[in-house]
Amino acid sequence: MKLSMLKYCLALLAASLWAASALALNVFATVPEWAALAQEIGGDRLKIVTATGALQDPHRIEAKPSLIARARNADLLLATGAELEVGWLPVILRESGNARIQPSALGYFEAVAYVKMLDVPGRLDRADGDVHASGNPHIHTDPRNYPKIAAALATRLAQLDAANAAQYRMAYAKFVERWQANLARWEKQAAPLRGQPVVVQHKSFSYLIDWLGLKEIAVLEPKPGVEASAAHLARVLEQTRAQKPRWVIRAAWENNRAADGFAAQSGAPVAVLPFTVGADDQVKDLTALFDETVARLSAAH
Amino acid sequence: MKHVSIIVLAAYGALASFPMTAAAEAAADVSALRAEIAQLKAAYEERIQALERRLNQVQAQSATTVAPAARPVAAAANAFNPAISLILSGMTTSTKLDPRQDTSGAAGRERRIQGLMPSGGEFNPEARSWNLGESELAISANIDPHFRGTLLAALSPANEVSVEEANIQTLGLGAGLNIKAGRFLSGIGYANEQHPHAWDFSNASLPHQAFFGAQLGYDGMQIKWLAPTDMFLEFGLETGRARGFPSSDAARNKNGLMSGSAFARLGDDVGREHSWRLGASYFATQPGDRAYEDIDSSGTRVTNRFSGTSRTVGLDVVWKWKPHYGAQSFKFQSEWFRRKESGQLTYNGDNAVGAFAAAATGDLSSTQSGLYAQGVWGFAPAWRVGYRYDQLGRRATRIGLIDQGVLAANDLPLLEAFEPKRQTLMLDWSRSEFSRIRLQFAHDRTRPGAADRQIWLHYIMSLGAHGAHKF
Repeated sequence: MKLSMLKYCLALLAASLWAASALALNVFATVPEWAALAQEIGGDRLKIVTATGALQDPHRIEAKPSLIARARNADLLLATGAELEVGWLPVILRESGNARIQPSALGYFEAVAYVKMLDVPGRLDRADGDVHASGNPHIHTDPRNYPKIAAALATRLAQLDAANAAQYRMAYAKFVERWQANLARWEKQAAPLRGQPVVVQHKSFSYLIDWLGLKEIAVLEPKPGVEASAAHLARVLEQTRAQKPRWVIRAAWENNRAADGFAAQSGAPVAVLPFTVGADDQVKDLTALFDETVARLSAAH
Repeated sequence: MKHVSIIVLAAYGALASFPMTAAAEAAADVSALRAEIAQLKAAYEERIQALERRLNQVQAQSATTVAPAARPVAAAANAFNPAISLILSGMTTSTKLDPRQDTSGAAGRERRIQGLMPSGGEFNPEARSWNLGESELAISANIDPHFRGTLLAALSPANEVSVEEANIQTLGLGAGLNIKAGRFLSGIGYANEQHPHAWDFSNASLPHQAFFGAQLGYDGMQIKWLAPTDMFLEFGLETGRARGFPSSDAARNKNGLMSGSAFARLGDDVGREHSWRLGASYFATQPGDRAYEDIDSSGTRVTNRFSGTSRTVGLDVVWKWKPHYGAQSFKFQSEWFRRKESGQLTYNGDNAVGAFAAAATGDLSSTQSGLYAQGVWGFAPAWRVGYRYDQLGRRATRIGLIDQGVLAANDLPLLEAFEPKRQTLMLDWSRSEFSRIRLQFAHDRTRPGAADRQIWLHYIMSLGAHGAHKF
């Protein structure tokens, strides 16, 4: 009796140890939106760390020691690509000494590979500012991009963790079903916005603008990554006066100076969009991100 | 044209519907007209069909571009060219004291830090007014899935090319291991690994100048291991031919170990906005006949040499604050080093000149420490202001030749005790990530006598590939 009890305990211990090891697929997401997407598809089977907070400029993160340590233990790296992380991710990858997440490995996933890029520059010259050679990297502001990326991610997770492949596929199917319903709802809600003129601070929302059919009539930054000067703001003000922009759009992480200054002079109100998951208390997941984005743009003023 | 034919068509149609009351010739006319109308109808249908076909084609094309697909990469012959970046730097300086002239007034002798054997590292502007800085050309690429190669050449204003780094590095070796071989900058301390263009001030700190001739490099190998912990914990070992002061490995020719170093680093975040790193390091070398020049009591230029062991320990700390909002940032960094040397000092080893016609050799042991601390505050977009304090401790030295009365203290004037200090203030402006213009003021007490006041105006610009910087 005692012996069988002991055996039972040992078996339980072994099972729990096995379960713990089977549970842990370590995911390192560079930005919150891919962490949120991985959460939708992988759920509890993934242990996700996110390199940047929702209120940090994703271009200007440093290769911090903490990030190197997290990357060392990762099984899957989720990045945006298109040079968004070029200032820090290469160092992290090299310093991590982790073969599983190198760009040639199965554990390296770039979201831009699965969507159509906008703002691909016709010429590459730093005189045009901090341009991205492969196009605008902020692809996550168009909800139509998620099903494609989710499909690729579910396939990748199934490859990395074959034991749970069926669950990833199931979760993906459910996610897409929900997403398509949401998409129809958002598009219906945002239909009156089509053709409305807007001014943006940085080209952060090109994909959102493309999706909703908004008309981007000006950018407050004279060149990507270059802060707007007073003279430039005055020029934009002059240029947009006749068109009466409905919104001046800026991301929650962007400096409020240029947008607020422009709003005060032009009378166009500022719409502070969450940009990504976690920007404020309302935006807890991807669905909430677009609920909130569409709601703020549709708000009366 | 189209309008005309439509009017004609309408006219024919009207005619065709006209009530027929006329004779046989009229009936023949009507049938001719009908035939013409049928012809026109057929022609229009054909054109409409062609338009529809074109529309369908365009729609199909746009559908294929929306479908997820890997974008084609230009498959030109240069597609695999390595990443190339270039740093351009130049400055204009104004100094109260002549940067080329020692206080002793000895011709051709450069100003050096009092109290220690000179490291040979640059620490002052080359000369007053305009000087070109080093132009750094960096070329790097992945060699294959397992290795990465880097070359960094510095083109000096004196038109010399020097190889600063030329190394291979493993890529994702696994188990947290990283191996580098070739010429590289040592990982000891914090600032040692940074290239001058990444420095927050226009010159190296006093401890780096005094202990390593600005920067310690190796022709050798480095192994780093990153512990599988949530907190950053890294260990490194380096061995090989150390480059420059305090070693004299360049002249050595022996099998096995020459110089070596070891370091450990610990780091993490505090919240989302703060991050820090602590480090401890150790460097050991065995200089043989490491020479330096001095002016003895008779005013003669003599060459003295040191042989023995040299061991340096160091501690470093970095703390960075980068808030979510706004363009502000703050960075604090500080390093401390202590070097112990013991061995033999040979006075006037080269020529039978000076106060004593013959060379003399005696014991020498010394302990030298130094530290710097600096803070750089980004207070507005593009603008930063920084302050640095650096100091070298009074060197504790026992010189056998002086203790035994063979030489007087003023025969080795450069080794006479002193406590060098310097304060530096800088303001820099970066319109973009790739350009920086810096104004720097220094109050420099590294030699006895009057303090030097230095003003620098320095530009540092980077072209080409977007390099990722270390923490």
